Amino acid sequence: MREWRYWLNEQRGTLTGLAIFLVMFAVYVANHPAGFTANVVHTAANKGVLLAFVAMAQALVVITAGIDLSVGMVLVLTNCLASWIVVGGAMPTSLGVAAVLATGMLCGTINGLLVIYGRLQPIVATIATGAVYFGLALLLRPFPGGSVNEDLADALTGRLFGVVPSSLVALAAVVLLVWLPFRRSVAGRAAYAAGSSEPAAFMSGVPIRRGKFAAYLLGGLLAGMGGLFLTFFTYTGEAAYASGSAYTLWSIAAVVLGGVSLYGGRGSAVGAIFGAFAARTTGDMLFAFDVDPLWQPLLQGIVLMVAVSLGSLALLRVRNRLDWFQ
Amino acid sequence: MTAAETPPPLFQMEGVSKRYGGVRALEKARLEVVPGRIHAILGENGAGKSTLIKIMAGVVAQDEGRLLLDGREVAFRSPAEAAAAGIACVFQELSLIPDLSVADNIALANPPRRFGMIDRRAQRKLAEEALARAGAEDIHPRAAVKDLPLSRRQMVEIAKALASGPRALILDEATSALTAGDVAKVFAVLKRLRDEGLALLYISHRMHEIAELADTCTVFRNGRNVASFAAGSRSNSEIVEMMIGREYSNVFPPRQASARLASAPVLECRDLGWSDRLREISFSVGEGEVVGLGGLEGQGQRLLLLALFGVLRGTTGSVLVDGSPVAISGPAAARKPPLSMALIPEDRKTEGLMLPMTVRENLSFAALDRIARGGVIDRTKEEQSIDDMVRLLEIKTAGLDVPVGTLSGGNQQKVVIAKWLMRQPRIILLNDPTRGIDVGTKQELYQLLRRLAEAGAAIVFYSTDYDELIGCCDRVLVLYDGRVVRELEGDAISERALIASALNVEAGQKGTAA
Repeated sequence: MREWRYWLNEQRGTLTGLAIFLVMFAVYVANHPAGFTANVVHTAANKGVLLAFVAMAQALVVITAGIDLSVGMVLVLTNCLASWIVVGGAMPTSLGVAAVLATGMLCGTINGLLVIYGRLQPIVATIATGAVYFGLALLLRPFPGGSVNEDLADALTGRLFGVVPSSLVALAAVVLLVWLPFRRSVAGRAAYAAGSSEPAAFMSGVPIRRGKFAAYLLGGLLAGMGGLFLTFFTYTGEAAYASGSAYTLWSIAAVVLGGVSLYGGRGSAVGAIFGAFAARTTGDMLFAFDVDPLWQPLLQGIVLMVAVSLGSLALLRVRNRLDWFQ
Repeated sequence: MTAAETPPPLFQMEGVSKRYGGVRALEKARLEVVPGRIHAILGENGAGKSTLIKIMAGVVAQDEGRLLLDGREVAFRSPAEAAAAGIACVFQELSLIPDLSVADNIALANPPRRFGMIDRRAQRKLAEEALARAGAEDIHPRAAVKDLPLSRRQMVEIAKALASGPRALILDEATSALTAGDVAKVFAVLKRLRDEGLALLYISHRMHEIAELADTCTVFRNGRNVASFAAGSRSNSEIVEMMIGREYSNVFPPRQASARLASAPVLECRDLGWSDRLREISFSVGEGEVVGLGGLEGQGQRLLLLALFGVLRGTTGSVLVDGSPVAISGPAAARKPPLSMALIPEDRKTEGLMLPMTVRENLSFAALDRIARGGVIDRTKEEQSIDDMVRLLEIKTAGLDVPVGTLSGGNQQKVVIAKWLMRQPRIILLNDPTRGIDVGTKQELYQLLRRLAEAGAAIVFYSTDYDELIGCCDRVLVLYDGRVVRELEGDAISERALIASALNVEAGQKGTAA
């Protein structure tokens, strides 16, 4: 095999996610009354970026063969917190941003400690912590309200040079500064190794705990960034339970669309970003086709089902039926 | 190596004991590993070899006794600590991460770094060097390990151990899946490492490998060391007797007289093939006959059984039962009359048993349709058949309602077999059923096999244990690279014949796709 074929093989999941997104987005834009304009792209980007942050957070945990059902609630909690403290002049705003991100990391730390040292199943641990995070959010914001530093909010949700959505630039910066260093660190390698085969990783002397912990910690950080951006978009904080749950579920769908294996060890957070954009586009597409709102959840579900099925097409080629279960 | 005075030992074990629950795995074991020597460890399954290695590699901790490295006492709390002390291990159960690339795996625990990040270029170079050192230049460092065949993965495992720059290297059945060409390369590497002053510990069941490689041998039996001696100072039969501690000729029940020749074949394969991993396999099994499958591990024996049981899709050639061709759509169809097949799987923990469920439930799974009426399980009938089986196989269990995972390995295997016998199968396929179970239970299984055959079953029996093939089978088919390369019958089934054909020596350096 040539070098590029190995590269293709490594990136297959991410590229599949990209392809699904591009096809969907092309269909969407082609049928949008306004067509491919900076405005359309800008709106789509802002909606997509929120889910992209949460999906990246989910991808980090899924790579270790875990799952994070608290990720949407971390978003809600950090949103409520940001609507209190990311206000005022440059200094208080920066401190507020730092505190919101630190809160996200704290949530991730708690999840990580429960899973790694408490030896709880990730699914159970994060259902419990998710409820706690939502409870805290509700105490912070019993009723929707609050405010945010609007200069910062507008700068991060507007456009650079009139064309490039600055939320996309921020997302790209996070990929460069958080994801890539993680992927290329020993901790990142350990996270993949633990997700792929924990006994083999242990036998090989891989720092499994460090890898998993880093994944949960950074997952919390990314979910906190999502909460921050939610505040920038809405200028308010709201302890919305339904919204938190929806983000959690859609983050799992996005991760699968983006080629991250739920069995762990395979995929990348970049794929999860494409998956998130694709998942968002399923909803927007129906607007472009002017579908009766009553039908939208049903149709969105069907589009999602088809998209996710693309990923399991490989199973049809399996010739040893025992491989189905691996 | 020179005949000069013995250098001081690099690693020593003194009075090391280890128990798992009530089972004594090691009892006051001693071991001295000397630099510049290849030290072979011999013993039956369950003799304590694996435990010995695991303690040395930091995977488990001993209950009592001391470990000394360079004469100083050490304690390894994890494999990472043992690796840091210069002890590398090539495990029998591969310690590779399937989703990562070959290069990632070779540099897994301690990759080269620049500014805190993994330096991929340096890592690639390191991997290429390690692969070259192990004689496996054909493996691309970027290939994903899960896409490699077993024999290549084993070479990666060896390269990985070499890459860590060890002072002591442990090889646990490291050649079990290799082709003859690879074995020769690995042996050359090991001899070079010995001359470079590494201490090597070599665990193998293959006497000829040990004869070729080892300088020193230590035999273990029931967790104790029986003897240590210079290689070549004892005959094979002396060593075998040390390993099993008794005459082993009467372990197996007598073979049936070859009356089966008269009977029509129950199961027959013609030119069976699958992908490039099973090729042109033809054989037949008659009523009351036990046909063995031999050869090195991973030459297609397991796949052949899966193909017969309908697990593989897209097989070519034909399978005949009672002389008429059948298309087997899957295990559910295979086990029903008129086929009435049963497959006793090798990995009882994943393919044979539901460990947390009770003995009773596990026993009735495969036969539920026979003891249920209108979808409801007939308790009395279930009770009756289970009692029969427990008695027939002498399953030792605290009760029928304890989780099957609490039974010993041998008794778990009996449950798997009993589960299938409840269906009264006519064709029984066994995939290495005695792996990891004690000698006593093995003997009971041999007796049982013979009784089943006498009652008219046709049995296909894959075993990695040559003695079993010699003692149990009427005929043995030896597989190599997915083909039947030799068929041995009756007294022609000898260890020498099995080994020679298993290594397919004439076929030489050919690579395998298995």
